[in-house]
Amino acid sequence: MTELLLFNVTNGLIIGAFYVLMALGLSLILNLSGVINFAHGGFLALGGYLAYTLTPHVGFWGALLLSPLLTAALGLVLERLLIRRLYGRDPLYSLLLTFGLAFIFEDGTRFVWGAQGLPVSVPAFLNQPVSNELFFITYYRLFMVAVVAVAVAALFLFLRYSRVGIRIRAGTLDLETVSTLGVNVGRLRAINFGAGIFLAGLSGVLAGGQLGLDPTMGSGLLMPSFIAIIVGGVGSLPGTLVGGLLIGVAAGVTAVFVPSASDAVMYVLMAVVLLARPRGLMGEEGLMT
Amino acid sequence: MSAGGRTRLPVLLAIWAALLAAPFWLPLIGGYTALGTRVLVLGLAAMSLNFLLGFTGVLSFGHAAWFGLGAYGAGLSLKFLAASTPLALLFGTLLGGVLGAALGALIVHRRGIYFAMVTIAFGQVFYYIAYRWNSLTGGDDGLRGFARQPIALGPWHIDILNSGLAFYYFVLFCFALAVGAMALLLRSPFGGTLLAIRENERRARFLGIPVELHVWIAFALSCLFISFAGGLYALLNNFADPNNLHYSLSGDLVIMAVMGGMRNFWGPLLGAAVFVVLQDYVSSLTTNWMSFIGLLFVLVVLFFPRGLLGVARGKSAA
Repeated sequence: MTELLLFNVTNGLIIGAFYVLMALGLSLILNLSGVINFAHGGFLALGGYLAYTLTPHVGFWGALLLSPLLTAALGLVLERLLIRRLYGRDPLYSLLLTFGLAFIFEDGTRFVWGAQGLPVSVPAFLNQPVSNELFFITYYRLFMVAVVAVAVAALFLFLRYSRVGIRIRAGTLDLETVSTLGVNVGRLRAINFGAGIFLAGLSGVLAGGQLGLDPTMGSGLLMPSFIAIIVGGVGSLPGTLVGGLLIGVAAGVTAVFVPSASDAVMYVLMAVVLLARPRGLMGEEGLMT
Repeated sequence: MSAGGRTRLPVLLAIWAALLAAPFWLPLIGGYTALGTRVLVLGLAAMSLNFLLGFTGVLSFGHAAWFGLGAYGAGLSLKFLAASTPLALLFGTLLGGVLGAALGALIVHRRGIYFAMVTIAFGQVFYYIAYRWNSLTGGDDGLRGFARQPIALGPWHIDILNSGLAFYYFVLFCFALAVGAMALLLRSPFGGTLLAIRENERRARFLGIPVELHVWIAFALSCLFISFAGGLYALLNNFADPNNLHYSLSGDLVIMAVMGGMRNFWGPLLGAAVFVVLQDYVSSLTTNWMSFIGLLFVLVVLFFPRGLLGVARGKSAA
């Protein structure tokens, strides 16, 4: 029993780490630009599929880096052409636009790569189990957590110490003042959007290696990411980090006792958090009401 | 057309005449009665959503949940409670309305993006419940094994089950009831207060209006109306499935309202008509209809953000 529980907590943390990666990208874009990017799942799926196509040419490691970069490049193009026009308007419109983009992404990946699931081939040593005695976990899962940890650390260091990162954080709090101080807000938003989409592409490659690819893979991961953001508190990146891990573990633990309720438990958690702390665990007063 | 949703009398007469005569003119332009019924039901759903979206200024992106609860409520009532169409509609409407009111109380303090996110996320709860609770809801296959029942009205016996025409007029009657109620609400002082909140929430608050209470009532009413539409939808298909609860339907309903014109009482009905006909047509042409619907979303946002009726009005009056 203890071992089963431990296994599921570990598993939950791994899944949670994955939610974190996706939710942080969403959160970045939401905080600075006020856009709920419904197409985030579409970018995620695209990242995975690009990795599938690139792996034979550049290997898994090359695809791991190149595929998110290409996804981010497409994200920048779409930001420039479509999403940029909607900044500052009623959030309704960016919601609808990205919602439509999500449809096009899903249909487009199905059109290009087919409706059946595809695998992303992972280097053989990563598919070995870590230990035969304790419980079954492959090196790939640990590798996923390691990549997430590195990506999250890099993101937080970037936001904490780099000039652009500091401006992004300042813009989250008061974009008008940042603009008045002479910062090119349009470029800031574009960089921020690209970074968010890069994280989505990276999530896609990692998810593809674990679960395989499927045109709907992104939309299935969208809701947990939303919940991670709400539980952690809209406007707070550390909150998103905590929220993602929390719902991952909650789902993992629930799977031990009531397997069929493991989806529902995230929502229960969200309701409880909203009742006790309406702004989420780490949400701040006055931010993003 | 004033901001309060009043439509001039000749326009109003024309709308109702077109709706009453629809089964006769639809076949002439390549339509069919069941398509007209679908437009009415989804139009009512979009108008119910717009009660909140366009007239209170609150962005709910999870209204499919209440629509689907109405559908499941009506289906479950017909299957397990009693073979009665009115009871089914009542049960469905109350199921969605009551749960909507309860959830509304939890989230009414949030606004804008936050409100939209919470409504999407909570809406999905009911999707998962319908998806997982196999023994009651039929899970992924949907709820089957029920059928709308003929209506006994004194000496008359209206066979809405076998006659598509009779069912169309039954739906039109229900539509008229709900739309009439919404119009009356919007014309009342309560409706005026909702408009005030939409236009300037802070000022409304300074005037001493209990904003949260009003938004909550508007949310609950909107849920009640849309569950009624959901109940009708289950009667139309004699079937309810988890997609009736999914957030992608919420998106469809929002685009109907926006495409028709959010600031116009009748806009969402027009939007629903365009959307339903287009979807029907495109999905018969190509399997890639999702891309076309997606493209429609993008084009509406970029070029018709005020909707078809908003554009017409913008030119004459704005």
